[in-house]
Amino acid sequence: MLDSTPAGRRSGKTPLLQTVGLTKRYGNFLANDAIDIDIWPRQIHALLGENGAGKSTLVKTVYGLIQPSEGEMRWQGEKMVLSGPAEARSRGIGMVFQHFSLFDNLTVAENVALGLDGKESFKDMSARLQEVSNVYGLPLDPKREVWQLSVGERQRIEIVRVLMQNPKFLILDEPTAVLTPQEADQLFTVLERLKAEGRAILYISHKLEEVKRLCDTATILRGGKKVATCNPRQETAASLARMMVGGEIGEVKAASGRGALAPRLVIKQLSLEPDDPHGTHLQEVSLEVCGGEILGIAGVAGNGQDELFAALSGERLAPGEGVVVIEGEAAGFRDVTERRRMGAAFVPEERLGHGTAPRMKLSENALLTGHAASSMVKKGFIDKPATLAHVDRTTKSFDVRKAKRDPEAVSLSGGNLQKFIVGREILREPGVLVVSQPTWGVDAGAAATIRQALIDLAARGSAVLVISQDLDELAEIADRIAVMFHGRLSPPLAAAEATREKLGLLMGGARPEQEVKHAIGA
Amino acid sequence: MQLVLEKRAERSAVIAVASPLIAVALAVITFAILFAIMGKDPIRALYVYFVEPLTDSFTLQEIVVKATPLVMIAVGLALCYIANIWNIGAEGQFIVGAVCGSWLAVRTNGTDAGFWVLPAMLVMGTIGGALYGLIPAICRVYFGASEILTSLMLVYVANLGLDYMVRGPWRDPQGMNFPTTAAFDPAASIGTLFAGTGRMHAGSIIALVVVMLAAVLLGRMIMGFQIRLVGAAPRAARFSGFNANRLVLFTFAISGGLAGLAGIIEVAGPIGHLDPGVPSGYGFTAIIVAFLGRLNPVGILVAGLFLALTYIGGEGAQISLKVPLDLTKVFQGILLFYVLACDSLIVYRVRLLRTVRKSVPAHA
Repeated sequence: MLDSTPAGRRSGKTPLLQTVGLTKRYGNFLANDAIDIDIWPRQIHALLGENGAGKSTLVKTVYGLIQPSEGEMRWQGEKMVLSGPAEARSRGIGMVFQHFSLFDNLTVAENVALGLDGKESFKDMSARLQEVSNVYGLPLDPKREVWQLSVGERQRIEIVRVLMQNPKFLILDEPTAVLTPQEADQLFTVLERLKAEGRAILYISHKLEEVKRLCDTATILRGGKKVATCNPRQETAASLARMMVGGEIGEVKAASGRGALAPRLVIKQLSLEPDDPHGTHLQEVSLEVCGGEILGIAGVAGNGQDELFAALSGERLAPGEGVVVIEGEAAGFRDVTERRRMGAAFVPEERLGHGTAPRMKLSENALLTGHAASSMVKKGFIDKPATLAHVDRTTKSFDVRKAKRDPEAVSLSGGNLQKFIVGREILREPGVLVVSQPTWGVDAGAAATIRQALIDLAARGSAVLVISQDLDELAEIADRIAVMFHGRLSPPLAAAEATREKLGLLMGGARPEQEVKHAIGA
Repeated sequence: MQLVLEKRAERSAVIAVASPLIAVALAVITFAILFAIMGKDPIRALYVYFVEPLTDSFTLQEIVVKATPLVMIAVGLALCYIANIWNIGAEGQFIVGAVCGSWLAVRTNGTDAGFWVLPAMLVMGTIGGALYGLIPAICRVYFGASEILTSLMLVYVANLGLDYMVRGPWRDPQGMNFPTTAAFDPAASIGTLFAGTGRMHAGSIIALVVVMLAAVLLGRMIMGFQIRLVGAAPRAARFSGFNANRLVLFTFAISGGLAGLAGIIEVAGPIGHLDPGVPSGYGFTAIIVAFLGRLNPVGILVAGLFLALTYIGGEGAQISLKVPLDLTKVFQGILLFYVLACDSLIVYRVRLLRTVRKSVPAHA
């Protein structure tokens, strides 16, 4: 093991938490394979790795959610066996999950109270909540109901809830995935402060620049094994990525000579009430995607992207026939199937359950979107060889790795399933492609393949609309970028002028000068 | 030591086939224990129940006669259940089918109406059952009412409707005031296939055709794919462009129609007239048949024959062992319990876990 000396290790002292040969086995699969990690007080320790590398398993073990198959944990030098998260919390281990567990219809204070042991009165607890949130610069109004809050505010609740237990050791699972760059900066200030107070922090992320900036030590996992512990500040983003992936990542090459052709997908003044009470109301969203270009839509999750996708795909119909125009034809009242027949294709954010039926075979999942606009169905009968051929072609063109020819969708890894889904649509050569979070939770190699395929599709003259929370991804592939905020869409910026700062402000709801100028010019 | 259920990476195809067999075995063992507790010889009881009926041509034909409505109804129910649509009211659709078809038999009774009567009765019974099945479907699609409750409650409505007809307008004038219609004319009856040896009738052939058509629909046709997709992943089905509401109406109409067809076949075949005893729980037993057959048409055929065996065996046991007929229902209940329990083995595997080892093993 190439174990370089971690920064800040003081000889003679014991680490706060130590894992020794920690192993977790699921059947024959080793999710964690003999992992040794030392966590020291006053340090922010990054845990890096691709999806499926074993990060979640490791932190769930440390938090007492799962029991290790082999190996042990030592807390302040003494052996520790956790019966569950409650015991972990009582020892001073706190965790902020990536997916929040908050009740939308309860207030901030009620949500916090639910997570505590309930020994103090609600009034005392509220006062303490106010105090903790003030001290750490995490402003919260205890009386507001959660559904009214932004994602950043919801995360603050989770952090404050953990801090109220005064933990010695804090685990954060991809905390910036849902934040604007500005909100992320605020979070880093809080983390620095917690570190200065002598607490230890384990920070899970795959954003390498962030890790270089914030963390003192980094442990890198790959395929369930620890590959290295290093000082991220002495590494480059590229060298960290190499350790994560175990090889070089292909560069995405922009195609040259893409000129804006005629618009192939147009939305005019789309306003739509949400289906569910906590959804986002789309307000006068307008956009135009021309053949040969990629339009990116940035924004923090929950600002109307899901509603926009549903309106584009036809899962929800538009309020007017001419509000959605595909290939020059009004399509507002056409359903998904009819829009596919017009040459449009869609890739939703959720791979399992939306983009595919998890327990169905890939050939059946090929049929899922292929039944309308291809020769897979003849007179009501399924042409099984045709569906299998489509799977084979997708497998070949997009390097989908699977155990057998036609497995169930759920058995594929996230990256391979996403390559299958994107490939399934692109192989039909759609004139219009709408794709949401194309590389969310996908390993770096698969992400590069998918982005390249989107660029190549646009280069062949198709109109591509990419909805993504990943600004780096949009910077890499989009020609123009617009931002969604509270159900409104900003006018698009050319990729060259769309700096992180400008986009970040728009994602936070600012109305910059450009927008005003565009509005006047329009 | 600890027993844990561990999720499998893919569903096990072997267990998918074996699980109903395991369930049957467990149910038979439980049943044997039950007999032992009742003070009967379990081996002899199992022989009377499950083997004796197979040794005689008459009882073999009886098994087929019992299996015919069970299979036909269960195939329709399976289409619903695969799509996660819960039609519990097949019994009611069975009754309404029987009543609708009987209308023609009663009207033509004693006339010299020709061969067309029986086919027309079958069509009317099917349509009647389908329309009755559409009531809960429409309530769900347009008013959001739970189809589980509405379809079940409509069973009692159908039952009372039948009661009214046979006690009132359709009562046989020569029937000594018994609540029954006149015996159907030959033109309105389904004859037996092998006269003199048993009661097996042409309805069984219809049931076989239904099984084959359903197998083709589910395995080869886009409509069957749609049914499976809506059940497996509703959001993906919507993304696929399928209309879930239309499917609720379609599957309820099909399953209601098949239950109605089973009803009129039963009345025009083995029973020969309409009376309040026509509903005999086939619509409910068919639910067990559907699950025991893994919601697969061919599996349902096998399961239907097996459940029919328990009916015939139960009648034999009542005579030779002096046990109550309700024991058959107990067995069917035990069986459904095991079938559902064993299903979890398809997605999960059972593992014996020892508690976490104390020493840290050496590792490279």
